[in-house]
Amino acid sequence: MEIEIIYILWLRQLKRYFRSKSRIIGSLGQPLLFLLAFGFGFGSIYQKAGEGNYIQFLAPGIIAMSILFTAVFSGIEIIWDKQFGFLKETLVAPVSRLEIMLGRTLGGATVAVFQGLIVLVISLFAGFKIQSTNMLLTALLFMALIAVLFTALGTAIASVLEDMQGFQLIINFLIMPIFFLSGALFPIEGLPKTIAIITKINPLAYGIDGLRGALINSIHFGFTTDFLVLGSIVVVLMVIGSYLFSKIQI
Amino acid sequence: MGNIIEVKNLTKKFGNFTAVDNASFDVKKGDIFAFLGPNGAGKTTIIKILTTLLNPTSGELRINGHDPVNEEHEARSSFGIVFQDPSLDEELTAYENMKLHSVLYRIPKDIRETRIEELLKFVELWDRRNDFVKHFSGGMKRRLEIARGLLHHPKILFLDEPTLGLDPQTRNHIWDYMLNLNKKEGITLFFTTHYIEEAEKVAQEVAIIDQGRIVAQGTPAELKQKNNAATLEDAFLNLTGRKIREEEAGAIDHLRMRRRRFHR
Repeated sequence: MEIEIIYILWLRQLKRYFRSKSRIIGSLGQPLLFLLAFGFGFGSIYQKAGEGNYIQFLAPGIIAMSILFTAVFSGIEIIWDKQFGFLKETLVAPVSRLEIMLGRTLGGATVAVFQGLIVLVISLFAGFKIQSTNMLLTALLFMALIAVLFTALGTAIASVLEDMQGFQLIINFLIMPIFFLSGALFPIEGLPKTIAIITKINPLAYGIDGLRGALINSIHFGFTTDFLVLGSIVVVLMVIGSYLFSKIQI
Repeated sequence: MGNIIEVKNLTKKFGNFTAVDNASFDVKKGDIFAFLGPNGAGKTTIIKILTTLLNPTSGELRINGHDPVNEEHEARSSFGIVFQDPSLDEELTAYENMKLHSVLYRIPKDIRETRIEELLKFVELWDRRNDFVKHFSGGMKRRLEIARGLLHHPKILFLDEPTLGLDPQTRNHIWDYMLNLNKKEGITLFFTTHYIEEAEKVAQEVAIIDQGRIVAQGTPAELKQKNNAATLEDAFLNLTGRKIREEEAGAIDHLRMRRRRFHR
């Protein structure tokens, strides 16, 4: 394993991200819309139901959402990259596929965390208040876990998909449900049984739970459970992702 | 001099479709080798197999003495490649693209910079080194890809339709570079093209492939003589027929079309 190779591929992802300002701003549109439309739209109903401030509840979910989408997209990019991009240049180079996969995944995940941090800052302007600043590092840890998990998932999926046609399918039948049934928008207490089971097997639910625990001091599963569940899924997905990535044929 | 590329009974099947059918050919060290064939004949598939991007169904291969399936690291260090579809990172500068390549190929730190400078000057892009590749013209991108492919001093340079879509000026310019390189450094050039007259002009050895089978191999003069043809293009048409090939568009072609629409 060579650190310099992983590093330069990681750095490449970061350079690409910071250079395309229009992409950064563009990808903030969706989380911003969700935050404002849902936050202010449902705010008073939520308050009347006796649950407190909705923006306070919603913001960690929207931060996780922006990480989820940025991470999955950076993994999925590989489909495109297989034919027209830089991926081929790395695949014919005398380096191991594991190094390439790690560099790409860590790069994509770092970018996703940045995106999440930007949404966090924006939500402060929308009225979100961080409960305790000394939990910020814990929040960052959960953001990183969500980011690595979903970048690895995107990489694994993209390694086996042949073209962009399967992409819509993945977004509509996997990523959207993962987001909507994660507790990002509503509390997971007191849900109908089927939905409750789905949220329980949804890794994002644990990420958002940990994030809420760190940012607004409200937690459902507990930090240890959140961390262990996310950590083990990250390991499994990294293994599967690197295996599938190493089998890519163009 | 020995063979730098050896291909024996190479077969590649995609499901029921046989893309490469028991192909055998050799490339001599230091040669300029043209690989010709109609659309869908299997040229790109063979290049992908030789460059470790695709595994063969059966057959024996040697790249600079190494088996690209089991000794992919050694095989990969032996060649440089210019792909049919660009593989530069357009969001990076020309220099950054070269730098990344030098790290991937473990070129020692102390000679990286001098070598990048040398090659960028060689393809006349040194003044544009800090410009983003997305602002480059097609010809400049090709030149940069060629410079990048040469950075680690490969023994073989694969070029998959290197002059496709370029004007005659750029085409000649690029060929002058590569011929000079072949002469000076003894690098073996393995290229595909649809411009048969281009192959006739520069190639020392030609192989013609049709429907996955090698139908002829020899010097341009030999092929012309055997087929009673005045030009290599006539010999090519005699061997492969005049019927226009219907190629079924695969996933890649759909992507390619989308990309063109997208970039317009």
